[in-house]
Amino acid sequence: MFSYMYIGLLASESSVSLIDVNPGLIVWTIVTFILLLIILKKFAWKPILSALDQRENAIKEALEKADKAKQEAQLLLQQNQVQINKAEEESKKILQQSREYAEKLKDDLLQKSKEESARLREDAMQEIERKKNEAFASLRNEVAGIAIQAAEKILKQNIDTDTNTKLVNQYLSEINK
Amino acid sequence: MNTQVADTLHKAVADTVAKGNDSGWILHHVMDNKTLSFEPFGEIHFPVINKLFGYNLGFDIGPTKHIFFMWLSALLVVVLLTIAARRYRNGNLVPKGLSNFFEILIVFVRDEIAKPTIGKGYEKFLPYLLTAFFFILFGNFLGLIPYSATFTSNISVTAALASMTFIMTQFGGMRSNGPLKYFKNLVPHGIPVFLIPLMVGVELLGLFTKPFALCIRLFANMIAGHTVILALIGLIFFMHTVFVAPVSIGFALFIYLLEILVALIQAYIFTMLSSLFIGMAVHQEH
Repeated sequence: MFSYMYIGLLASESSVSLIDVNPGLIVWTIVTFILLLIILKKFAWKPILSALDQRENAIKEALEKADKAKQEAQLLLQQNQVQINKAEEESKKILQQSREYAEKLKDDLLQKSKEESARLREDAMQEIERKKNEAFASLRNEVAGIAIQAAEKILKQNIDTDTNTKLVNQYLSEINK
Repeated sequence: MNTQVADTLHKAVADTVAKGNDSGWILHHVMDNKTLSFEPFGEIHFPVINKLFGYNLGFDIGPTKHIFFMWLSALLVVVLLTIAARRYRNGNLVPKGLSNFFEILIVFVRDEIAKPTIGKGYEKFLPYLLTAFFFILFGNFLGLIPYSATFTSNISVTAALASMTFIMTQFGGMRSNGPLKYFKNLVPHGIPVFLIPLMVGVELLGLFTKPFALCIRLFANMIAGHTVILALIGLIFFMHTVFVAPVSIGFALFIYLLEILVALIQAYIFTMLSSLFIGMAVHQEH
């Protein structure tokens, strides 16, 4: 009942309707819209859209650049690593070589000094031998001389046995001195 | 209980009818008229202009409430977007504040509406779509401010906007396909020959139903919320009781919040569908 009356009330306003078309309004809407389109296109859309494009390009470029830089850095790092490895190997090699050389040098020196010392000892032995022989020879000569002198003296004073004995004792004591 | 409520309503309706105070005020409020009312501060009456350069037009071309708010909204759009665009001068690419806000909407229209629906060559239609979007958006939101009116809830305005889309669609279609080929391609290929006359009729009708639907959709959506809010508030006076006020206000507030959402969504939908129709016309199926 109520709803029917309500609809009736709405319908009773027949002089104005929601779907009445007002030509003036249509004209003004179109005029306003076209003016708005022209003004905005010139003062808003063109600068804003071009700025957006520019920024997008700038960001894209920056990202590409960053990517490139990163790749380059990676490459550089790799190269550095390779070089470091090489240098390490080199230093290891040098160390090894120097160690080997030192070892060899040490061995050589040792060998040489051993030989030298052996030679020196040999020399010293020979020298000793020579001196000994020399000493023996001189001793022998001395003894022979003494013996001859003694014999001479004995022969000179060979008067009696007493004197002989005395003489012998005297010489012996002299020798003993 | 139920009959009691019905009786009360019946009596209330009978009262209002008797007083000659019917619900026409709702229509009066949501419809266009020649006065800008700022109750209780006063009213501004617009002049009626029937003649232009001495030529009788046969209709009133003077400003109305909706024309006033249309101009206000157009002015707002121009001022705000020009300010927003100023930041990009001198090759400055860093957005800030207002530019940032509008940029979100512009990029949204460009990347979510124009690019996917039109595809290649969308740049040509972007100014139209952006203008339509911001014009409708500002109109919808302007209507939510007290004392103002929603010019997008006027069928004349939406019809004019829809016809602009129609023109853009036909223009775009003819431009990218050539006028003859465009109309030839309207009829799908590979259908039986005897169906072609029928299809021509259907497709021609389809050309006009698309903008018609655009027009009605925006109009109905924008007027519905306001009508419901007015009806809910009117219920307090209609039923002669203050106890219905909390319910009325609560529901009216809810509808108002919904209206904020609808204002944005309808601007989006109008632009989206316009873009879709343009895209369909530009890249016809072969």
